Amino acid sequence: MQSVFTGAVYVVRDNIDTDQIIPAQFLNLVPTIAEEYERLGSHALCGLPDALYPTRYVAEGQLDSTFPIIVAGRNFGCGSSREHAPIALGSAGCGVVLAESFARIFFRNCIATGELYPCELTARLCEELKTGDEVTVDLDAATVTVKASGRVVPLKPLGDVRPVIDAGGLFDYARESGMIDQPAATA
Amino acid sequence: MTLTEKVLARAAGKASVQAGDNVWVNADVLMTHDVCGPGTIGVFKREFGANAKVWNPDGVVIIPDHYIFTADSLSNRNVDILREFARDQGLKYFYDVIDDPNGTWKFDAAKGSFARQFGARYAGVCHAALPEKGHTRPGEVLFGTDSHTCMAGAFNQFATGIGNTDAGFVMGTGKLLLKVPETMRFRLEGRLQPGVMAKDVILHVIGEIGFDGATYRAMQFDGPGVAGLSMDDRMTIANMAIEAGGKNGIFPFDARTAEYVEARTRLNGTRQAYEPVEADADQKCCYERVVDLDKLEPLVACHPDPGQRKTAKELGGMKLDRAYVGSCTGGKASDFVEFARVVRGRKVAIDTFGVPATPTIVRELQTTWWGDQTIWQILQDAGVRLTENAGCAACLGGPVDTFGRMNEAGLKCISATNRNFPGRMGSKESEVYLASPATVAASALAGKVTDPREYLS
Repeated sequence: MQSVFTGAVYVVRDNIDTDQIIPAQFLNLVPTIAEEYERLGSHALCGLPDALYPTRYVAEGQLDSTFPIIVAGRNFGCGSSREHAPIALGSAGCGVVLAESFARIFFRNCIATGELYPCELTARLCEELKTGDEVTVDLDAATVTVKASGRVVPLKPLGDVRPVIDAGGLFDYARESGMIDQPAATA
Repeated sequence: MTLTEKVLARAAGKASVQAGDNVWVNADVLMTHDVCGPGTIGVFKREFGANAKVWNPDGVVIIPDHYIFTADSLSNRNVDILREFARDQGLKYFYDVIDDPNGTWKFDAAKGSFARQFGARYAGVCHAALPEKGHTRPGEVLFGTDSHTCMAGAFNQFATGIGNTDAGFVMGTGKLLLKVPETMRFRLEGRLQPGVMAKDVILHVIGEIGFDGATYRAMQFDGPGVAGLSMDDRMTIANMAIEAGGKNGIFPFDARTAEYVEARTRLNGTRQAYEPVEADADQKCCYERVVDLDKLEPLVACHPDPGQRKTAKELGGMKLDRAYVGSCTGGKASDFVEFARVVRGRKVAIDTFGVPATPTIVRELQTTWWGDQTIWQILQDAGVRLTENAGCAACLGGPVDTFGRMNEAGLKCISATNRNFPGRMGSKESEVYLASPATVAASALAGKVTDPREYLS
C-alpha cells in the first residue's frame, strides 16, 4: 500500500460539508455499481461555490482530478452520512485529505471504505497553501513537506485507523484479522 | 454512567463502559432508505455473497423517502432495488411507495406535484416514520444510513447515522464496533414561552457550542424542563445533535415516552417489550450547561452553517424570497399546527412550500378542524403550496424537479429544516436560514425575517 503521496494540493477552508463534496442531486448514483462509482468521481467537490473556488477539483468533462491531496480547515466532511462523499473523492483520485479536524461520520466512512487517508494537521495549512502548490505526505513519518519552502509540518498519527485503510477498508481488515469469515462464494 | 453509556454497555453485554472504550454493540434495528439503501445492499451482497441473508429480517427497516416524487429514472430505479431486496429477504418492514410487490415505481410528472401518488404502505420521511410505525424503543440501539438518525434519541435510545459500508456490515452481522462517546449534558429548566419552539432550544444550544462543538460526543438533554416537552419537541432537539457534530442526542425516559412508544408498538404490531435506561447519580460528563427555557427567544441560524445564531428580532427586516416548512425536523403535525396558528386568516407574501413528513401527518392535517376549516385548508388559504406527497423533498435539494427545490441562484429561503450549508436546498449560490415553524410562518407573512410573537399577541 502507498505510504508516500506527492503532488499538487487542492485547498479548501473550514466546514466543507458533504453537500459541497457531492451535491445531493448526484446521490441517485449507487457507489457499488462500477460505472456509477466513476461518475461520482466526476462530481467530486462540485458543490463548492464558484466565487470562492474558481478552480474546479475535477475539470469539466473529466472523471479524475489532477489534485491527489486535499488541504482543508476545520470540520471537513460535516453534514450527512452519505458514503458517496469519501467515495467521490477516492474515485476522483484523492488519496489523502489533510484537515485540521474532521466530522465524525465522514472520518469513519473514509476508514470503512478504505478510499482515502483522513489525516489531521497540526497547523492551519489552508491559510498558507494555494491550490496547485506541491507537497509530499509521508504517512510513516507522519509529516507533510511543502515543496517550495521545505517546511515540514507534523501530522497527528493515524493510529489504529491506518491498518484498516491499508487493508482496503473495514471488510478486508475484518477478514485479515479473522473477525469475520472469508466471503461466501458468489453465485 | 450516562444515558448513552448505559445503552451501549447493555448492547455490548458488559456491566459497564466508559467514554473512550471501543466496544462491539448489538444492533436492535438497522434503517436504510432509497439514497443509501442500494449502496448498502451492494456492499452486503459483495461482502457476504449474492445469496446471503440479513442477520435478522425483522431488524432491517427500509423506508424509501428521499428521491421519490421525481421523474429522475435512476432515483425511481433505486426504489425498485429496495423492493427486490425486501422481497428476496422476506423483510416485514419495507414501507414501499407502491402497493404491488412485483411492480416498478415511476413518478408521473403529468399528475403534478400536489396530489398523492403513493400507495397504502408508504411511510414518508424515515426519522418521523420510525417512531410512528413502532420501531423506536427505549434502551435500544438504532443504526441508520442517514445522519439525522439521531432523532430517535428522543425515545431514550442510542441512535446514530452510519455509512453504507458500516451498514452493510451491520446487515450481515448485527454488530458494529463503536467508540463510547463522551457525554455533554444540557440540563433543561423552565418552560418554553408562547412563540418559542423546540427548534429554538436546539438552535440556541448549537449557537453556544458551535457547529462542531459536539464532534464525537453524545448530547444528553435532561432536567426538569424535559417534562414540558412533547415527543415531537424532543425529536426536533435530538434530530439536530448532528448539526453540532454529535454522535447522538438522547433524552431520559418518562411517562410521555412510555405512552407514545406503547401506543405505536401496539398499533403496528411491532415488538412491545423494552427496557429504558436511567443515568447514574455519579455520571461523568465532559461538559454541563443549564438551558433556561423561559429565557429563550425565537432564533435563526444564518447561512452558511447551523451555528450562525441570531435572534429573529436582530435579523428583523432581512428580506426573504422563499419560506419552507417540512422535513423530519420541521414537518411534524405539531409543526404545521404552530405554523397555522400564525398564518390563520392571513396571506403569505413570498413563495411558501409545505411538505408534511409522513402520510399520517397529511391525514391529520386534513381531518383536524379549527372551526369551519381544517388545518390543511387554513394553510392553503394563507397561500402555502402544500403537497400530499410526504417526503424529504427540497430539504436536501435532490433531483432538479424536486418540489420546492431552489433552482435559482441568489434566493434566500427561511426554512424549518435542519441544515443550511451552501447548496443544501438546491443552487449552491442560494442561502438557507433555519428557524422554527412559527418563525418561518411569521417571516412568510412579512416577506422578511420576523419574530412570530408579532403575530401571536
